[in-house]
Amino acid sequence: MGNIDQSKIRNFCIIAHIDHGKSTLADRIIEMTGLLTSREMQAQVLDNMDLERERGITIKAQTVRTVYKAKDGEEYIFNLIDTPGHVDFNYEVSRSLAACDGAVLVVDAAQGVEAQTLANVYLALDHDLEVFPVINKIDLPSADPDRVKEEIEDVIGIEAEDAPCISAKTGLNIEEVLEAIVHKVPAPTGDKNAPLQALIFDSIYDSYKGVIVFCRVKEGTIKPGMNVKMMATGATANVVEVGYFGAGQFIPCEELSAGMVGYMTASIKNVKDTSVGDTITGLDNPCAEPLPGYKKVNSMVYCGMYPADGAKYPDLRDALEKLQLNDAALNYEPETSIALGFGFRCGFLGLLHLEIIQERLEREYNLDLVTTAPSVIYKVYKTNGEVIELTNPTNLPDPSEILYMEEPVVRAEIMVTTEFIGAIMELCQQRRGEYISMEYVDNGARAMIKYDLPLNEIIYDFFDALKSRSRGYASFDYEMKGYEKAELVKLDILINKEEVDALSFIVHADTAYERGKKMCEKLKKEIPRQMLEVPIQAAIGNKVIARETVKAMRKDVLAKCYGGDISRKKKLLEKQKEGKKRMRQVGNVEIPQQAFMSVLKLDEE
Amino acid sequence: MTNNTKSLEIYIHIPFCKSKCKYCDFLSVPTDDETKHEYVNALIAQIKSKSKELHSYNVDTLFIGGGTPSILKADYIEEIMTTVRQHYNIFDNAEITIECNPGTVTKEKLSAYRRCGINRISFGLQSTDNKELKFLGRIHTYEEFLQSYNMARECGFDNINIDLMSALPFQTVESYKESVLKVVKLDPEHISAYSLIIEESTPISEWIENETREGHEVLPNEDDERTMYYLTKEILEQNGYHQYEISNFAKEGMECKHNIGYWKRKDYIGFGIGAASLVDNNRFGVVSEMDKYIDILKRYKDEELEEIYENRETLTGEEQMEEFMFLGLRMIEGVSRNSFKKIFNRDLDKVYGEIINKLVLGNLMESGGDTLRLTPRGIDISNRVLSEFLL
Repeated sequence: MGNIDQSKIRNFCIIAHIDHGKSTLADRIIEMTGLLTSREMQAQVLDNMDLERERGITIKAQTVRTVYKAKDGEEYIFNLIDTPGHVDFNYEVSRSLAACDGAVLVVDAAQGVEAQTLANVYLALDHDLEVFPVINKIDLPSADPDRVKEEIEDVIGIEAEDAPCISAKTGLNIEEVLEAIVHKVPAPTGDKNAPLQALIFDSIYDSYKGVIVFCRVKEGTIKPGMNVKMMATGATANVVEVGYFGAGQFIPCEELSAGMVGYMTASIKNVKDTSVGDTITGLDNPCAEPLPGYKKVNSMVYCGMYPADGAKYPDLRDALEKLQLNDAALNYEPETSIALGFGFRCGFLGLLHLEIIQERLEREYNLDLVTTAPSVIYKVYKTNGEVIELTNPTNLPDPSEILYMEEPVVRAEIMVTTEFIGAIMELCQQRRGEYISMEYVDNGARAMIKYDLPLNEIIYDFFDALKSRSRGYASFDYEMKGYEKAELVKLDILINKEEVDALSFIVHADTAYERGKKMCEKLKKEIPRQMLEVPIQAAIGNKVIARETVKAMRKDVLAKCYGGDISRKKKLLEKQKEGKKRMRQVGNVEIPQQAFMSVLKLDEE
Repeated sequence: MTNNTKSLEIYIHIPFCKSKCKYCDFLSVPTDDETKHEYVNALIAQIKSKSKELHSYNVDTLFIGGGTPSILKADYIEEIMTTVRQHYNIFDNAEITIECNPGTVTKEKLSAYRRCGINRISFGLQSTDNKELKFLGRIHTYEEFLQSYNMARECGFDNINIDLMSALPFQTVESYKESVLKVVKLDPEHISAYSLIIEESTPISEWIENETREGHEVLPNEDDERTMYYLTKEILEQNGYHQYEISNFAKEGMECKHNIGYWKRKDYIGFGIGAASLVDNNRFGVVSEMDKYIDILKRYKDEELEEIYENRETLTGEEQMEEFMFLGLRMIEGVSRNSFKKIFNRDLDKVYGEIINKLVLGNLMESGGDTLRLTPRGIDISNRVLSEFLL
């Protein structure tokens, strides 16, 4: 596609609150621009992973190039960059947005503006994108497009008067969206003869081609044979192939020039060399400045991951290695637990990221995992002046060596209908939240509540609690605010007087007692009766703060065993022994693997 | 017995009953006279067919079990016994038991049993409470049992076992105690006291499942169940019985030799459908389908018919050791280190030392000199303890 008229290119994304129909609209656009026939369309083309399709969320940015013959008779190239849809992937979202010139804002005609809608719009506006709204799901009986339009103008402050009212599901009025893209999204600018300046907004690993880098060329031209350099990581490479995105396939071309979106390969072995947000430039004729906004992505949440079957440790290592090829945000290093044996301490962007990795390990790599309680990174200031970034509670130094500790805090924005304000504020209060502000929107029907919350209070089950206390009406978004000093203690769990390292965690001193009590109660339910009585204790240092006891088993005996029974009874004993193998041995006590996971969901009941 | 001969136990299975009890998962069904006749013929053919292979063995115990063997005409039992005696070396003082259900025996039958050398009777009483009996689907009352029992005494049987069951639905510690006391008064030589095992897909297990789902507790709780167990031991020991296995009590010298053979891993051959055998460390069973069993044995001339056997398994050395332990430890006297060494040419403690130490520390086993045995607590949770001995 040698010479393409820049004025005929439209680079855009679709932004929306979860479930408002982003992926469905993307599908319709791809379908209506004729690149795919309906038969070729699998539902939601852009969400590639099974997991994404099941959860209805986009994890990796997906991109597709289509051709649209507009009403003015001209053919336009649409580069649709589908962005990840979750706060865990905020940075990836911001880089994807930076690759676009405009954004289609999808708002549900019944639900209206939600917390994530706002967060995404602000992010798009921050990147100077032209944002125009589309009202989706107008086929729903509860749809109220006029109210929603008004709300968009009131709350977000963007023009919504002539927003297309569509149903992505039925395909109603999609053409209006396509025309709006042509007319409202600005054509890209940039000089194809200037020094190369291209933004990396994603990359994936392919076992044949190496890393495939997704980029938006801002200035200059990139073509095979060129030597290029990643400005932030310093990695250099010789370009092997460039091309654009068909639906689900890579289509090579001669070059990518200013304004174009596409990919390049250069036999790069590791996605870490092609960090999202980095700038690609020519080695021979580099640009003066990298593109703004690059950030190194840091893990926010850590947990231990152990194979349920100790012999599968090498399999887990291989699987993590493979996943990391595609996921620069995943960190892991070997660790050992007395209770769980050999495993890895893994770092994630957030809890969703953690869950996704866990599910992928279990499904795609067929591994049975035991994970420990997720932990944030605490900063431990020691009396000797040292500062430790603590990712594993077991490594907390002796209290006598600790001057003070800091924990990460986020700024949370919660959008909720007014009747639930009290319940939500109570929840935030319980989670040690600090009230910041509240604004009424939607003619006073809903409120946007802002709280500063310690990250460790929201990584377990905050989202679920939020949903249940608002009957599903609250929406939630957050961003990192920084570190704050806090009164933190390490809570240890002792089973039969032995500390179980995998169950230790850091908790605020004020909630330690309650947490410890709940842990003991939960473990009592999960640990089956043993030959001997098993005490379960929660302790801070040497001080036991809660205790439960699993009573000894009263009876497990076969009354009868004669000649005809022997083979059968032996199978029964074997089964018993097998069951024991699936337990983790801590001292004399057998703990089912499930018990380690159960303590992660203490607030369910 | 000459030194060269090995001893053998014979088990003969009679898979018939008047009606199936609600807790029973044994191979047994109500059936017609024609099938009974054909079955006995097949049984006789099988007994003959194995005799060549086993001619060097001396038989010191024989057990006719079921089902309800006493449901058969006495002629059949006599025919079976005659065949066995013709084809096997039966010891003069061999223990020969027949299981009888109260209400199915007559004086004629009992006399016939005596005539053909049967010297021990095992009555399945289960409970002296008629409501409990009815609930289990038993066909007899306690009074009918008494008649049968007295009849057996009159016919000269001086070695009688009575089966009792604890942990029955709606049973209380009191009602159970009454059963035990009544049985003790009858002064049988042997008492087997089982706690009810709820076997999967029996009518009673389904019923209990439904009741439990509706929140009804129909079985005695664990504490009561254990109370019944210890009560049995206490009452029986006060009355001259001693416990020699988890569920078995006897007067001095009246232990059931046949069952002890199973726990000490003596060779045994099983005749009849579903019957199990252990011969030279080979375990195998007979097919469990009636039609198949009868059809194959109709073809019998004088050669052995392999098709009636299935699930043949040759035990490895390890498996033999495992069995030695988990069967032997059911006996109250425990297992002998010397016997282990003699059989396997290895030290018991070399194989199981670590496990034994752990279990002794946990007060689940007692180890002293030659003997290793379960403590009362070890018996309570013997499945846990015994599974430790699987290698």
